[in-house]
Amino acid sequence: MPGTTKKRVPAVEGLFTLDEPPHLIGGRLIETGGYCFPKDLGGADPGAPDGAVEEALLSRRGKIWSFTNSAYPPPPPFVSDEHYEPVTIAAVELDEESMVVLGQVAPPSSVDDLSVGMEVELVLGTLYEDDDNQYLTWQWRPVDVGD
Amino acid sequence: MDEIAILGVGMHPWGKWGRNFTDYGVHAARAALDDADLDWREVGFVSGAITVRCGYPGYVAGSTFARALGFTGAQVASSYSACASGATALAVARGQILSGVCDVALVVGADTTPDGFLAPNEGRRPDDTDWLRFHLVGATNPVYFGLHARRRMELHGATREDFALVKVKNSRHAVHNPNARFTKEFGPDDVANSPVVSDPLRLLEICTTSDGGAALVVASMDYARSRGVTDPVRVAGISLVTPTYPDPVIDLPYLATDSSSAVVPAEKGFKESIGAQVYAESGLGPEDVDLAEVYDLSSAMELDWYEQLGLCSEGEAEGLLRAGDTSIGGRIPVNPSGGLGAFGEAVPAQALAQVCELTWQVRGEAGRRQVEGARIGISANQGLFGHGSGVLVRR
Repeated sequence: MPGTTKKRVPAVEGLFTLDEPPHLIGGRLIETGGYCFPKDLGGADPGAPDGAVEEALLSRRGKIWSFTNSAYPPPPPFVSDEHYEPVTIAAVELDEESMVVLGQVAPPSSVDDLSVGMEVELVLGTLYEDDDNQYLTWQWRPVDVGD
Repeated sequence: MDEIAILGVGMHPWGKWGRNFTDYGVHAARAALDDADLDWREVGFVSGAITVRCGYPGYVAGSTFARALGFTGAQVASSYSACASGATALAVARGQILSGVCDVALVVGADTTPDGFLAPNEGRRPDDTDWLRFHLVGATNPVYFGLHARRRMELHGATREDFALVKVKNSRHAVHNPNARFTKEFGPDDVANSPVVSDPLRLLEICTTSDGGAALVVASMDYARSRGVTDPVRVAGISLVTPTYPDPVIDLPYLATDSSSAVVPAEKGFKESIGAQVYAESGLGPEDVDLAEVYDLSSAMELDWYEQLGLCSEGEAEGLLRAGDTSIGGRIPVNPSGGLGAFGEAVPAQALAQVCELTWQVRGEAGRRQVEGARIGISANQGLFGHGSGVLVRR
């Protein structure tokens, strides 16, 4: 619908901020300082029996640990139509958090454009849309693209 | 660790048969009982490996198989640990035998699988990481296999040709396996010409899903001897380990690894710890092993297992493969059955199928895929959500 502005909403609440620039909403173990993502779905540290986790915005930049794609349309609950374009996916190392976080790579970057160790940053992209809303997810974008 | 005897093994051939999973399980169970020359009514305990894709009868698999064979009053349990379910069911049976609850147990797993990607159950479940990875990233199982394959290329110089060679080798093995679903021999060009699924992996390098069933009859060593089996094939070690926090390797179904910022990761990674547990229980080491059956969900993953089981040092798997060491006739054959690439995955049956193959091999009954002089074999496998699975079988 040209001329209309759809509302930008997260495809799932509570995993990333809609700020500019956006951040992943992770968790930080209060007792030890260890991180996790998503905040409430991380594995517990057996050395921190209390297990209390506070919200922590994760680093926006990291280095590609590895990458691949999904050449065929993933099954539901992934949402796709007949115009499926292969999704590129990267696992990204965050230095401060010492952890690897998965995510789509922002189009138009494909596996041919990526290499292990490449620096990427967090952006938001549209996963799918309906008449009213654009449903967003986080994506990794090579830092030398677009800025 | 005390050992138990494997008196009989049996399988229903893998395929896309479209029948009820119970049929495959009962077929495999009867084959294992025949192999053991044992009447079903002798079985004191039935250990079922659960399927989650076949409704309620799948959730109570042990009871479903027991009823289909004819209820005898035997005790029963059912176990689920994804791809590791078969090993879990075997471990439960071992516990019952070694604690004296029963003398002889039947372990069965079978599945009827849908076509296409394995996917989460229906319904919106944003608090389930398995649901989130599909919905928000489109990260199917092959996506994780692709990530690890690419990482291997980066760290160890693996090539696409190496990955293809794993498929070529295993397809050559499977030609001689009547229980395998795919028995055609593939060449490097066949692999290279198949479509990419998750770069760098192609369709022929990623395991599909299949129908199939596998069963074991296991017993105490005393019971085996009482039946005149003086030198039975034995289960000498079983591993059901979980990872140790923090696990720094991204794996399905998670969106992120643990963080290593506050705690240093253990020296051994999760998958190394699977084999280490099996070796520790059996008092044996990689140098003692004559063959291995490993979970080649992808061609590249087979190479990882060579190192994780200690068959070679880290970074040497490609050399082992290229030298033909892991082919039948080589120094340490891997997946003489043809592996998952030739079978396709029948989740609750797969870890038991590995034990069936090891048993036939160490008995010297593997026909044209026989590993000469095999006496000790190890299996390795891993279930979603942190389930290690490994079994050591010896004569």
